Amino acid sequence: MVNGKKLVVSASPHLRSAQTTTKIMLDVVIALIPALIAAIFIFGPRVLCVAAVSIGSAVLAEYISRKVMKRHQTIGDMSAVVTGLILALNLPSTIPYWIAALGSVVAIVVVKQFFGGIGQNFANPAITARIVLLLSFGAQMGNWVAPLSWKTGITTTATPLAVEYSKLESELGVSLVDMFLGLRGGCLGETCALALILGGIYLLAKKVISPAIPAAFIGTVALIMLIAGKGDLGFVAYHVMGGGLLLGAFFMATDYSTCPINVKGKIIFGIGCGVITSLIRLFASMTEAVSFAILIMNLVVPFIDRATTPKPFGTPKKEKKSKEAAN
Amino acid sequence: MFKTIPAGVLSAVKKVRGGVKVSHHKNTAETEVVRMPAPAKVVIPMQQHIGAPCEPVVKVGDTVAVGQLIGDTDKYISAPIHASVSGTVTAIGDIKMPNGTLAKAVTIESDGEMRLWEGIKPPVVETKEDLVKAVRDSGLVGLGGAGFPTHVKLNFPADKNIDTLVINAAECEPFITVDYRECMENSWDILSGVYTLKEILGFKQVVIAVEDNKPEAFTVLKNIADHKFDTNDEVKLMVLESKYPQGAEKMMVQSATGRRVPPGKLPADVDCVVMNVASIAFIARYLKTGKPLVSRSLTVDGSAIKEPKNVRVPVGTSISEIIDFCGGFKEDPCKILTGGPMMGLAIVGTDLPVLKQNNAILAFGKGDAVLKPETDCIRCGRCASACPMSLMPTNIVRGAKAKDIDMLKSSGITVCMECGSCAFACPAGKPLVQHMRLAKAILREEGNK
Repeated sequence: MVNGKKLVVSASPHLRSAQTTTKIMLDVVIALIPALIAAIFIFGPRVLCVAAVSIGSAVLAEYISRKVMKRHQTIGDMSAVVTGLILALNLPSTIPYWIAALGSVVAIVVVKQFFGGIGQNFANPAITARIVLLLSFGAQMGNWVAPLSWKTGITTTATPLAVEYSKLESELGVSLVDMFLGLRGGCLGETCALALILGGIYLLAKKVISPAIPAAFIGTVALIMLIAGKGDLGFVAYHVMGGGLLLGAFFMATDYSTCPINVKGKIIFGIGCGVITSLIRLFASMTEAVSFAILIMNLVVPFIDRATTPKPFGTPKKEKKSKEAAN
Repeated sequence: MFKTIPAGVLSAVKKVRGGVKVSHHKNTAETEVVRMPAPAKVVIPMQQHIGAPCEPVVKVGDTVAVGQLIGDTDKYISAPIHASVSGTVTAIGDIKMPNGTLAKAVTIESDGEMRLWEGIKPPVVETKEDLVKAVRDSGLVGLGGAGFPTHVKLNFPADKNIDTLVINAAECEPFITVDYRECMENSWDILSGVYTLKEILGFKQVVIAVEDNKPEAFTVLKNIADHKFDTNDEVKLMVLESKYPQGAEKMMVQSATGRRVPPGKLPADVDCVVMNVASIAFIARYLKTGKPLVSRSLTVDGSAIKEPKNVRVPVGTSISEIIDFCGGFKEDPCKILTGGPMMGLAIVGTDLPVLKQNNAILAFGKGDAVLKPETDCIRCGRCASACPMSLMPTNIVRGAKAKDIDMLKSSGITVCMECGSCAFACPAGKPLVQHMRLAKAILREEGNK
């Protein structure tokens, strides 16, 4: 009590960093804006409407489900916006709006809120929703628009991973430079490697994500493809920029709730994602390898976390061995 | 600025894990320590250290002088208490301490003369035993904040091969600048303390640690380390990256020697003694004058303080009087701390006495006192990467909530030093230190069953 006024008494520390969940989520949104802008150029203004529907329904779904469950409101943390935006970037630009909205509801309500909300879900909401949509609406989800065709009349095309690397130029007329710039068929946000790399660098610079997962994930895919392609660097580039690898490695595999906490765990997780992605791409005829790889690895995160929990400071190394022997 | 560790000072040191970058707020760094005039009254608690409390050895009505023994005990882990002003003992009774516990305290009404006790004379110190006894008699406790009786630290068994003295001048807590002022104003005492302790206790090496945001202190300490007394180059200066909590004991030992103190052990178990730079300087002064620990330097700062200052005050002076000496409040205080903002204690009022181990009084207005609101954990892992002890705060929170004893036991919670790095880093504003304390309390309770 000072001057008749009560003092605040709280546990130390009395200083806190300026970082908040909302700021982190905003950074992710900022990092995704280049990919969104690139998508508008490549696939036309409908992209914006898809994103708006997907984000809007994600936020609304979060609001209503929190309300119904009588829990404190969490739309202010912006995580629903991130989920909606990432989901939009994983859809073809021709997707019917109601499917996009349904995807958001699945992501937010079933995958996230049913398990307790932010930080509690064990699978990545956007990826799970994408896979649900893929299995339910295969035709609409594989309706790839040819790049820049929106100006003249929409034509469809195949996504590069659906054709063999050797026929990329002859069948699709897509070069590696086109892939880098995003001038290829695919989900609206996954095509422009340049924009995704810019966003990834932003997240790394702001320390929102650690480089462990993207480096391990992309590195593993590159290494396996280098071996599979017998040293052909073009083949490596085709796989690194093809499909959703860059989008997945920078923005989806790094989702806090569904990736390991420690660096060692993150590296194992990234390598696992890379191996599964490569196996699916090389031996199965699917183009959604990255989504499946991340989802499968999401499920083993608790095991990775347990195996990579660091020993408390100063724990003698010998004790660990004798303990294991005792068990 | 000395941003790099000078070559040859320490080449094989491992980088310390975790920690956080906090803004320094060393506003009072260039403010010379001023001596506060004798207060009208001091209240001197009998418990100003880790260990057993002292019993008063004076009665109400006794006349006492500065430096006279007023509290002592025959328990080993303890430190005697001395009168900090001259005057008359007017009361002996329980008072409420800053942490909420009750402790016996001696109240002395000052006669304003600050008359020194006639029994004060420099101790004769030739052997380790002499030194340990002298340090005990001086009432010295670790001045860095924890308040562990220094004589216990120095009285290591002869069969232990203690070879390293680490001197902590890192001062990694924001705001606090008293150790820095000690380096700038009392470098002769530090010099004398370093070489006296080294000779009497037989340390093979002395490592003085300072953070790289204090280049002037670096220069002073470098001169001490390079002094001509140091014939075999056994006194070294170590520059640390300024990162909280570099000044923590276990971090210091690791930075200086590469040795890691095991859980539940002390620096002595890896053959090190860690001492605060102000404690070293105090020992040198005590050996010269024989005047016990009756006053100490404090940083008084924070957004609600009108004239932030470094002050030297008699132990037992009330916090409100010290704040008045610093011009009083600039705005209504909303939170007042003893100690730094990372590990300091929020107090309920200013009618509490200053203790030997207090190194700062910080008062904050509303803007700095209200912390960001608590939101849901997003599992980002910032707490785990900030933990210098390699703990997983999120797991411990879960274990504490579920009262999962096995999980808490294997979590390593006992090594948590409550440095606050995890809670500082948390974007969700979780009071993680509070959770850590809860987890420890659950384990203690389980142990008592």
